[in-house]
Amino acid sequence: MMRKLFKFPGGLHPPQHKEESTKQSLRAAILPKRLVLPLHQHIGEAAKPIVTIGERVLKGQMIAKADGYVSAPVHAPTSGIIHAIDIFPIPHPSGLSAPCIVIDSDGLDEWCQRVPQAEYQYTPPSHLRNLIRNAGIVGLGGAGFPTFIKLNPTPGKVIDTLIINGVECEPYITCDDMLMRERADEIISGAQIMRHALHADHVIIAIEDNKPQALEAMKIATRGTDIEVIAVPTKYPQGGEKQLIWVLTGKECPSDGLPFQIGIVVHNVATAAAVHRAINLGEPLISRIVTVTGSATQQPANLEVLLGTPVNELIEQCGWKDNPDRIIVGGPMMGFALHTPSVPVVKTTNCVIAAAQKDVSPPSPVMPCIRCGECAAACPVSLLPQQMYWHARAKEFDKIQDYKLFDCIECGCCAYVCPSNIPLVHYYRFAKTEIWAQEREKEKANLARQRHEARLARIEREKQEREARAAQKKAAAAEGKASAIAAERQAEVQAAIERAKSRRDQQRGKAEQMWQQGGRYNNEKEKQAEIQAALNRAKEKKELQFTAPKNIENLTPAQLQQIEEAEARRRRLAQATPPPTNNE
Amino acid sequence: MSLFAPSSPHYHGMTPVSIVMLRVVLALIPGAALYSWLFGWGVIFNIGLCIATAYISEALMLALRQRPIAIFLSDNSALVTALLIGLALPPLAPWWLPVLGTAFAMVFAKHIYGGLGFNPFNPAMIGYVVVLVSFPREMTSWAAPLTADHQTLNFTQTLALVFSGALPHGLHIDALTAATPLDTLKTQLHLNHSVDQIMSASPIFGAIGGKGWEWVNLAFLGGGLWLMYKKIISWHVPVATLGSLALIALVFFIIDPKLYASPLFHVASGAAILGAFFIATDPVSGAATLKGRLIFGTGVGLLTYIIRTWGGYPDAVAFAVLLMNMAAPTIDHYTQPRVFGHQE
Ligand code: SF4
Ligand code: SF4
Repeated sequence: MMRKLFKFPGGLHPPQHKEESTKQSLRAAILPKRLVLPLHQHIGEAAKPIVTIGERVLKGQMIAKADGYVSAPVHAPTSGIIHAIDIFPIPHPSGLSAPCIVIDSDGLDEWCQRVPQAEYQYTPPSHLRNLIRNAGIVGLGGAGFPTFIKLNPTPGKVIDTLIINGVECEPYITCDDMLMRERADEIISGAQIMRHALHADHVIIAIEDNKPQALEAMKIATRGTDIEVIAVPTKYPQGGEKQLIWVLTGKECPSDGLPFQIGIVVHNVATAAAVHRAINLGEPLISRIVTVTGSATQQPANLEVLLGTPVNELIEQCGWKDNPDRIIVGGPMMGFALHTPSVPVVKTTNCVIAAAQKDVSPPSPVMPCIRCGECAAACPVSLLPQQMYWHARAKEFDKIQDYKLFDCIECGCCAYVCPSNIPLVHYYRFAKTEIWAQEREKEKANLARQRHEARLARIEREKQEREARAAQKKAAAAEGKASAIAAERQAEVQAAIERAKSRRDQQRGKAEQMWQQGGRYNNEKEKQAEIQAALNRAKEKKELQFTAPKNIENLTPAQLQQIEEAEARRRRLAQATPPPTNNE
Repeated sequence: MSLFAPSSPHYHGMTPVSIVMLRVVLALIPGAALYSWLFGWGVIFNIGLCIATAYISEALMLALRQRPIAIFLSDNSALVTALLIGLALPPLAPWWLPVLGTAFAMVFAKHIYGGLGFNPFNPAMIGYVVVLVSFPREMTSWAAPLTADHQTLNFTQTLALVFSGALPHGLHIDALTAATPLDTLKTQLHLNHSVDQIMSASPIFGAIGGKGWEWVNLAFLGGGLWLMYKKIISWHVPVATLGSLALIALVFFIIDPKLYASPLFHVASGAAILGAFFIATDPVSGAATLKGRLIFGTGVGLLTYIIRTWGGYPDAVAFAVLLMNMAAPTIDHYTQPRVFGHQE
């Protein structure tokens, strides 16, 4: 069967450097003495530890459970003792540290009980998804999105095609290539399970044509099935989800949309293999294949590595050759350089490059943009990178969004070709971060304004109440004499209080609206907003404590109750982050 | 171990600006060499004076602006500008003409705007136009091609003429110079001669363009094609420029061949080829989007023809390019490609 392939705009053909690490077949890495497992190895909420320090755990035992819908549990990669639950450096572009569980391996590698799920064909998809979720599987291609969510189509949405992504377009990385060569059956088995869970009509396995052996192996493994194995022409960044969908189907995934909206789901080959292991063998995700390569290693190879293995120990096993210029996690185009090599391998670590000087471009002087347009020609999203660069430099963040900054996939094609050697992607990351920060600032300013308005209202109310009391006293003194006048006065005061109250209610309404508008944020921003809100709440509380005496001095029980209600409402609103949608 | 952790991508496949510029220079050399061989030492003097002035004024401006001098001097962009001015000026011009033009180009057209990458106009063309409109007399001392029946000067004679205006005994400047083919055509057309008559009457016309000029332009064409092959320039601007020039020339040529020269003559004469491949393709001052480049080139071609035919100057590439430079930002604005995943 011939499939018409489409070409995406731009793209590159960087030197591949894939032969180095494909000379040796897959092998298991050495069991390390100590494993460090970050609680946050995926997109979404960090997992929650369910073990205690000193406890003995078995291989495959869950040690941290998913916390929230978009989250994934963490399992012990080997048997051993929980040594610590604390902050350690994790593989992150910014060199962050984050909560991790540390296991001291006991060398026995003793499995917990594994429960395979027999006959997935007769198992309801929801149950399969649950098993996959509990196995802690996330996208192993690099993005780390919890897999079960992408297997959970919106009711009524037909998934027409399941694409298994074996493109692996980044230079140096060969873990998927080796997996396809040596474990094609696992991938096909996993793909079938995913297909069943999605009720997908077609399954396509896409592989770049620079991997003939993988193509061959996959073709053999799919014999007798109706799964298509498609060789796509080698071009970076073919492996990008939206690019790949376009190449295979000619369908353009809308900018703000997700593939499932056009009836397509994409999973990585390694994820498919992990699904196979979870369902057919009952094994959670505790290891992955990592390419260890780069000129600073003696024998580049692909190793099956337990999650939590320190990167430096891993490189050790392939032998140091030179002093590395930098150590890159991921590929040279999109990967990030480590600040320290003693961070662990996590679920999304597909490649570790111990890069000698010749692997990477030396830092050469950045020249001014000469508007040559090379960047625009290379951009797979048809952005105008140079325009975005000008605006990012000038900190014109409104304008940069007109140029669709948030469609940038940070593939690095533009920076790769720029004759002026401008770190373009760096500027886009900077602009994105700044924009997020500004939105948080705006949020903060809004809250501050609300607080300020509330305070003004309170002061006015207090003033009016004082006046009311004074009036009452006067009225009492004047007693019967001017009782008619006093009654009128009181009515007036009452009306003033009513007015103040209604104004206050209006302001609350406005605040409520603002919160709801805040609800359209994506995960990261939501989280930030939440954190900010929590901080604000704390601050507010503190402030309240200071101003409290004045505030509640002269309140009637009715007023107290009113305040209580308002507080409750505010708490409710602050907690009401929009429920995650099914197919995020 | 603490590591160097720069932002991705970690490797680059770029051709650095200095190499890009150097290739442009290389592509200009055959044309320049042929030009000088056919028209005398003056060409070399011009180029030499322009290069020297360009580097001196660039260094000065960089120093004044407190920019790293070595890095910017080695980007070779000054070399390209200098070469283009040198090639555009008449070969027997007095020494101060190239110096003035180049200095103006570097100081006012380039560095006042912020240096490399920031100039809205093509600096070489600004330099050229400034001396063209300021010193019209000096700008007509075009050396006659060696192949025409004119006297020529040797190295020392040229040197003397350029620097002190001294001519060998008994020689008048008119004996050395000749109007350019485009100039001749223009003035003679005003005298109601037909294109055919003009071309057969004057010795300066060759087979397709001007005598000598056609070879020089052929060499520029070769260089330009090589740049295209090396992917230093895209085909858009040259094809649009020469295509539109030829097309509009063809239309008028069909209407009245007595009054309007053939498209081939227009393409092969004056600075059309040099302009199409080396001047209008200047990325800094031109349009950046691919569609924009087509529009930009078309504009240059049409304006060249219009000014040549009805305007006040015989050749018009410089004006056409500068006029289109003004339009470039607008063109870019309206020719942005559709972003992937966004519907129109
Ligand atoms: S590739 Fe670099 S120099 Fe060329 S236009 Fe883009 S940013 Fe400017
Ligand atoms: S990094 Fe962004 S702007 Fe640059 S080529 Fe990739 S998608 Fe385009």
